[in-house]
Amino acid sequence: MASLLGRFCRKLVVPGSAHGSRMISTTACDSEAVKSLNLYSAINQALHIALETDPRSYVFGEDVGFGGVFRCTTGLAERFGKNRVFNTPLCEQGIVGFGIGLAAMGNRAVVEIQFADYIYPAFDQIVNEAAKFRYRSGNQFNCGGLTIRAPYGAVGHGGHYHSQSPEAFFCHVPGIKVVIPRSPREAKGLLLSSIRDPNPVVFFEPKWLYRQAVEEVPEHDYMIPLSQAEVIREGNDITLVGWGAQLTVMEQACLDAEKEGISCELIDLKTLLPWDKETVEASVKKTGRLLISHEAPVTGGFGAEISATILERCFLKLEAPVSRVCGLDTPFPLVFEPFYMPTKNKASSSSSLSSPLKKKHYLIMGLHVWCRYWMQSSPLLITSHSICFFR
Amino acid sequence: MALSRLSSRSTTLLQPFATTSLLRRRHISTDTTPITVETSLPFTSHLISPPSRAVETSSQELLSFFRDMALMRRMEIAADSLYKAKLIRGFCHLYDGQEAVAIGMEAAITKRDAIITSYRDHCTFLGRGGGLFEAFSELMGRTTGCSKGKGGSMHFYKKDASFYGGHGIVGAQAPLGCGLAFAQKYSKEEAVSFTLYGDGAANQGQLFEALNIAALWDLPAVLVCENNHYGMGTAEWRSAKSPAYFKRGDYVPGLKVDGMDALAVKQACKFAKEHALKNGPIILEMDTYRYHGHSMSDPGSTYRTRDEISGVRQVRDPIDRVRKLIIAHDIATEKELKDMEKEVRKEVDAAVAQAKESPIPEPSELFSNIYVKGFGAESFGADRKELRATLP
Repeated sequence: MASLLGRFCRKLVVPGSAHGSRMISTTACDSEAVKSLNLYSAINQALHIALETDPRSYVFGEDVGFGGVFRCTTGLAERFGKNRVFNTPLCEQGIVGFGIGLAAMGNRAVVEIQFADYIYPAFDQIVNEAAKFRYRSGNQFNCGGLTIRAPYGAVGHGGHYHSQSPEAFFCHVPGIKVVIPRSPREAKGLLLSSIRDPNPVVFFEPKWLYRQAVEEVPEHDYMIPLSQAEVIREGNDITLVGWGAQLTVMEQACLDAEKEGISCELIDLKTLLPWDKETVEASVKKTGRLLISHEAPVTGGFGAEISATILERCFLKLEAPVSRVCGLDTPFPLVFEPFYMPTKNKASSSSSLSSPLKKKHYLIMGLHVWCRYWMQSSPLLITSHSICFFR
Repeated sequence: MALSRLSSRSTTLLQPFATTSLLRRRHISTDTTPITVETSLPFTSHLISPPSRAVETSSQELLSFFRDMALMRRMEIAADSLYKAKLIRGFCHLYDGQEAVAIGMEAAITKRDAIITSYRDHCTFLGRGGGLFEAFSELMGRTTGCSKGKGGSMHFYKKDASFYGGHGIVGAQAPLGCGLAFAQKYSKEEAVSFTLYGDGAANQGQLFEALNIAALWDLPAVLVCENNHYGMGTAEWRSAKSPAYFKRGDYVPGLKVDGMDALAVKQACKFAKEHALKNGPIILEMDTYRYHGHSMSDPGSTYRTRDEISGVRQVRDPIDRVRKLIIAHDIATEKELKDMEKEVRKEVDAAVAQAKESPIPEPSELFSNIYVKGFGAESFGADRKELRATLP
């Protein structure tokens, strides 16, 4: 059913216009009753709708009863009762395992892990139980009704254990889906899709945006299809791929690059596993350059997977190596957070973005080859001087 | 003597603690003649006979309890204001209300006994001999902090005092503490490990794994549950089927202690240490209370009433209890104790001022101590090209 939906929705998708994303709706409803909401309110609305539309859905986790530490679950316990929205003791492994069991009986369990940094005790349950349940039982059982929500990412002062981005660990596990929204409107649609998806989903919410991001969110029930990336900004010179809160940073980098005359195409991956390879491939074939950015440390981050796949598919169209502008290979630091984070300046000064070589500027093919070799072998010479030369 | 230790650690800006006023009294602060005091409540025990309610102490010890607890209280209040002034970033979990646990424990053990605790570790650090200046520096992320500014509020450590810190993940310190106990038993040090955890962490699976191992191998591990009745925002009756945490060890003996009575804590810890050295693990449940919320982001009043907080403060406050004891035993007057508190306040303010002047760690410190020095790892600038440095 999900694939049917996907095929149907693909026809509706308008590859992102420069004015922002188009809303994709599965209902015929066109009435755009919208409300300006921040991220936690949008998620709250999605949870209200999910619980309302399915009487066998439950929301539980640490401190969700009074609304949760980020207010995402406010009003749920009052409206749906303590039998469906309840607090759990402080035991992530137990909570997720419990959710898997509940889902195995055909219910929808929406589990909250208070911070993604604490998801590791539950890692065994997610990887060894949730992801493999359908597979090892020959499709007799499944825990597709399981959705695990966790706030992830830097918040400015979180330190080691309130800022981590563990998405890469989960992208390595066939059997689960990993979904990361970038804004309130996306979050509501993606969360509803994740809850209703017949596979276990790990849903990471960028905690930086809980209050910071405000957007017009439609009030009705709508879903955004999973495994479909969205081009949120069209361009011709370079493709930028990211997800979650990092997209706001990359958008700034795009605007800065535009002032230098570089037109950037920005893609929001939305679902990291399974990810939409076709969209990114089509974009890179058009632009010839790729820059990936995420907060997690660069080594082994999900950017490596994207880089390897795009290299396989677009090798002959690439004009420069794939760039990854990511967090450093250190534990998430306390006072050094500004150094660690992949800021817009790091993105702007990355060699792929700071000097795109446009074909029309090459005088002869030989010069083209020589320039490319020169650019790649002497990175320190990439300065604004060279940009002027090649423009 | 805790008193002299603290005053020697104070900066040159401070006046040395005035003992002249006390010399005029009959009982001076260095008096060690034993005083016997009864604990507030009898001990409740599980699988073991409880220690006696009569605790031996002295005027010197009581005064040091008072001063140290007042220092801890003041430090936590100062940390509260610094956090609100945004000088402390990140997360800050305050211990005020629970000081008696840290102080009573220290009175019963030596620096060779190891302590390991959760993120609510500022006062435990102070009890282990940590300085105010190091504490505030670490809170504000300066190089002069005990963890060189890289740990922050949740990661205070002190190696020479066997304080194994400050852990962010709830319950993760339980198996570590049992590992420490194993090492102590192996090296025949006649020392024990105190592993502190909260009522929230008491529901973590790893705690039971650690208990089983400790009991199986007779490790000198004392597991201390600091039951402040709220695991973050969830009350204990809503998170635990059996809130009798001292009984949850099942085959491991346990003792329930009034954690707001420093003398009861001292007695229990002394008893537990003797037990652990001979017979293996024991659980101590400290019935205590925290006045602040779980952390500075938590007002602390959404899941409990203000009346409850002020009620506990009036009836069970650990510092008031020791104050009453001191006055009842004629060790010092009300005024002298107030002067002591003022003294403590000045000391804390001076440490804060000094810590504010301290430098932030060098940017290169971002990469230091990820691995052992010399093993090297590489770091890259944006897109792995521009900067390539081999890290220390």
